[in-house]
Amino acid sequence: MSTLPIEHRGVTELAQGLAAGEFSSVEVTTALLARLQQHQDLGAVLATNAEASLAQARAADQRRANGTATVLTGVPLAHKDIFATDFSTSGMATTAGSKMLAGYRSPFDATVVARLGHGEGHGENTNAQGAGMVTLAKLNCDEFAMGSANENSAFGAVKNPWDLARVPGGSSGGSAAAVAARLIPAATGTDTGGSIRQPASFCGVTGIKPTYGVCSRYGMVAFASSLDQAGPMARSAADCALLLTAMSGFDVRDATSAERPAQDFHAQMLTVRAGASAARPLQGLRVGLPKEFFPAALSNDVHGAVHAALAELENLGACLVDVSLPRTELCIPVYYIIAPAEASSNLGRFDGVKFGHRSAAPVDLLDMYKRTRAEGFGPEVKRRIMIGTYVLSHGYYDAYYVQAQKLRRMIADDFRACFAHCDVIAGPVAPTVAWALGEQADDPLRVYLADIFTLPASLAGLPGMSLPAGFGNGGMPVGLQLIGNYFQEGTLLHTAHALQQASDWHRAVPRGF
Amino acid sequence: MSGIPNPSTFIRGFEVVIGLETHAQLSTLSKIFSGASTHFGAAPNTQACAIDLALPGTLPVMNRGAVERAIRLGLAVGAKVAPLSIFARKNYFYPDLPKGYQISQYETPVVQGGRIPFVLNGQPRSVRLTRAHLEEDAGKSLHEDFAGQTGIDLNRAGTPLLEIVSEPDMRSSVEAVAYARALHALVVWLGVCDGNMQEGSFRCDANVSVRRPGDALGTRREIKNLNSFRFLQQAIDYEVQWQIDRIEDGLSIEQATVLFNPDTGQTRAMRSKEDAHDYRYFPDPDLPPLVISPDWVERVRQAMPELPAAMAERLMREDGLGADDAAVMTQSLPFARYYEALRDACKQPKLAANWLMGDISKRLNAAGLSIEHMPVAVPVLAVLLGRVTDGTVSHSGARQVLDTLWADGGAEVDAVISVKGLKQMSDSASLQAIVDAVVAANSKSVDEYRAGKDRAFNALVGQVMKASLGKANPAQASELLKRTLG
Amino acid sequence: MALTPDDVSRIAHLARLQLSAPEQAKMLVQLNGFFSIVEQMGAVDTSGVEPLYTPLSAVQTVELRLREDVVTETDQRERNQASAPAVEAGLFLVPRVIE
Repeated sequence: MSTLPIEHRGVTELAQGLAAGEFSSVEVTTALLARLQQHQDLGAVLATNAEASLAQARAADQRRANGTATVLTGVPLAHKDIFATDFSTSGMATTAGSKMLAGYRSPFDATVVARLGHGEGHGENTNAQGAGMVTLAKLNCDEFAMGSANENSAFGAVKNPWDLARVPGGSSGGSAAAVAARLIPAATGTDTGGSIRQPASFCGVTGIKPTYGVCSRYGMVAFASSLDQAGPMARSAADCALLLTAMSGFDVRDATSAERPAQDFHAQMLTVRAGASAARPLQGLRVGLPKEFFPAALSNDVHGAVHAALAELENLGACLVDVSLPRTELCIPVYYIIAPAEASSNLGRFDGVKFGHRSAAPVDLLDMYKRTRAEGFGPEVKRRIMIGTYVLSHGYYDAYYVQAQKLRRMIADDFRACFAHCDVIAGPVAPTVAWALGEQADDPLRVYLADIFTLPASLAGLPGMSLPAGFGNGGMPVGLQLIGNYFQEGTLLHTAHALQQASDWHRAVPRGF
Repeated sequence: MSGIPNPSTFIRGFEVVIGLETHAQLSTLSKIFSGASTHFGAAPNTQACAIDLALPGTLPVMNRGAVERAIRLGLAVGAKVAPLSIFARKNYFYPDLPKGYQISQYETPVVQGGRIPFVLNGQPRSVRLTRAHLEEDAGKSLHEDFAGQTGIDLNRAGTPLLEIVSEPDMRSSVEAVAYARALHALVVWLGVCDGNMQEGSFRCDANVSVRRPGDALGTRREIKNLNSFRFLQQAIDYEVQWQIDRIEDGLSIEQATVLFNPDTGQTRAMRSKEDAHDYRYFPDPDLPPLVISPDWVERVRQAMPELPAAMAERLMREDGLGADDAAVMTQSLPFARYYEALRDACKQPKLAANWLMGDISKRLNAAGLSIEHMPVAVPVLAVLLGRVTDGTVSHSGARQVLDTLWADGGAEVDAVISVKGLKQMSDSASLQAIVDAVVAANSKSVDEYRAGKDRAFNALVGQVMKASLGKANPAQASELLKRTLG
Repeated sequence: MALTPDDVSRIAHLARLQLSAPEQAKMLVQLNGFFSIVEQMGAVDTSGVEPLYTPLSAVQTVELRLREDVVTETDQRERNQASAPAVEAGLFLVPRVIE
């Protein structure tokens, strides 16, 4: 039984407490709602609705009373504001961090939201029973998930709880900050080029981007369709495993959803390896270290923390293997061609006609389009729309877009070659710890370059995880990245869990929280 | 077939080159990418679900029925059904295009090649198809009623379309209409499209250019959204004259998209679209490649109805119908089914065909009915035709019976014949007596007939009919008269 | 290859983005900086390689899943139009479209 105050307990501990009747969901919800209010200056929260949250909490307590509760029922969480939440039941808008969608009332829930909450009652898909978690808030993020610092939100920057003068990372900056600051035990995030892993690393929390297709994209405001994936962010691999189990699985509404049987990632996380012992739970696990992930430019503090974590993995029985991902650097241009191209098309629906922002007093249709989009989108979004429009345009399509997609296959093939020699790939998440707010504001290119370690797994569609691995300069958290083969989320969670059993970096609390 | 110019089609010395792109709305119940209804005529935006409206987070899911109809059409035109085809996004901004892109097919369409046969001026012709691909329809703009504004109805957005593209094989507006009619009849026959042109189910864009014989192809202009065969012909005719005028004035033709105004009969270029042609096509990442297995194609092939051309040929061969009659019997699948049922019931193919082509069609057209709403059931009509054959009623008598049957579908043929006193005299003895009496009373006509005047014979037949109060069987009367007169 | 100011205004128009003159100038610099990073991509020999449009197709055949042709959606007009900027008689209103 945990001795932590309710607000500091993670998902697993809250679930245990609820099951044991130690407290009710209403009590937990009330406590955390107060905490969210108390720490508004973090900028992590875009919307709350106490009435709706408490109604969900009461429903959860009711389910517990009549014996239909499952492990997550009644545990609070918050959603990155990229996920559509039905306004009629949540009382919360869906903005995607953009003025374009300020106040937008979605008439439906994202599949991931429904599965974690009250369930899907959609058309022929009457899988009504959701996990019964309680939604407390919509969380701030970079606009349309485009960014690595959560400085691109139309609703203000988010602060890193470990140092309020630094960025939390992005685009799921609000999610990472809120979890790290113990405002909520878990949050959903999305990862297109690193947007779960990098903020998790910067904020000292655990996050996982599953294999492409594992979580449904239905209801996620689309950024780059062939890259976007939903995933959980929490304070332990075990918590992430519980959430991912509830979030994931085939969805008829997403044609790219992977058709596989339902997975219990928590059970997979606990599966004992052949030949393992209590002291060496990772016996026989081959951990590949791509030399391209440890370049000279990697900052010393990150280098040190990652290697300390790797040493710990060795203590636990893993063996470290040298591997190579030769096209790592190419991932930057490849990603920054493909993602903006898809985004430029996905964002075409924001035209002021059916929903969202419309410019005032348009002179004619063309004026309405141009001013609506100029007013509704921030500078980073515009930049990427411009890049995307350009690389798809006549005369450039083959040289840029098609070439990038070909290189993408070669990058995926490089991973396949690696996985012949190892079970998981490990390395840093980012070249440095979190930088200062405003420091990179005028240098978008430099920010793109810092995505170098997270982009490869995104392009290949592989699962990637970030877990706390100590601290670097300024006492800022450093994350260890683990990349698995297709559909090997269980292996990643198992590895992370073993590390977290033997270390306590993930239990550190930022000062003041 | 293109290639050899046919001067008889030239206009003012120019050869006309026409290709048609036809958008056929597929007869599915739901949309191509969502489960909203495709039913025509609903109140605005009541059949536009979240996916059709492109609400944030929505994703497309492909309708099996749309693919099945594409396969059916592909097989019917002898095209290749692609085992793998890709959906692509065609990006542009327009208020009736909710996503800011249309999901269509670009490099690898579902149907490749094929041809449409038809008859032109009594000669068999065919036009080659380049391709047919699946795509979604856009919504509708309503320009009236909203001072200074346009109202957008997205009910139609997401309706499945099959875009059927022909090679530029046509050389006259008449040929283009013949092709369009044949294609229209085929898609309706196959049940892939309801063909209702007033409702916009079948729309043609005509690509028109002109050239002096022997020259390279001229620049073409595209006339969009023609939804009647009459407009199709008028628009092409006007456009051809317009292009020739320009060329003769020494001016060039610029590629343009053009609208036809039915009120003025003129075509006019749309407002400049500048880079409207840079659609930035790329494969839609939300939709993996469409795989159509040989098994599926075979299943569709097995379930296909006999095609109209093949059926017409069979009717000519088996039933002895002439080409024109066979063409009329195969004008639509319901019509052909009715004919075959009638023929089987009365065992008289030619009689059945004649009646359907003549009296039945006349009444259907006058009442604005299609054969599916024929008020007289096959078995009843078959009985009537049987009574004509066995001489119980004459043709004109049968028509009167039909009047009653038409109004009262429950009426019984023999009862009506009896009530209306239409029964023909069949008793030879009585008829002979009448013939004898007429011959005796009309010696002048008899003499004229014997002198070689055939008209006199008809007069005598007329007299027999009159004397019998119309009840004599004219054929029988003629026969007896001839024999009597020797 | 470097972009010109004409390229920037052409692309901005294609994307229906109104950019002020200073914005266009700044965008030009940033885009050119970006494309200089991208140049290295063009040098790689990718002959014989198929593009990877959807990641799982790297390891398995990915086919389009089809849905049965049934109507599953009911009239949700009011909810769907809850965030519409301009609606009248159920229609979305936009400035007059002239063809």
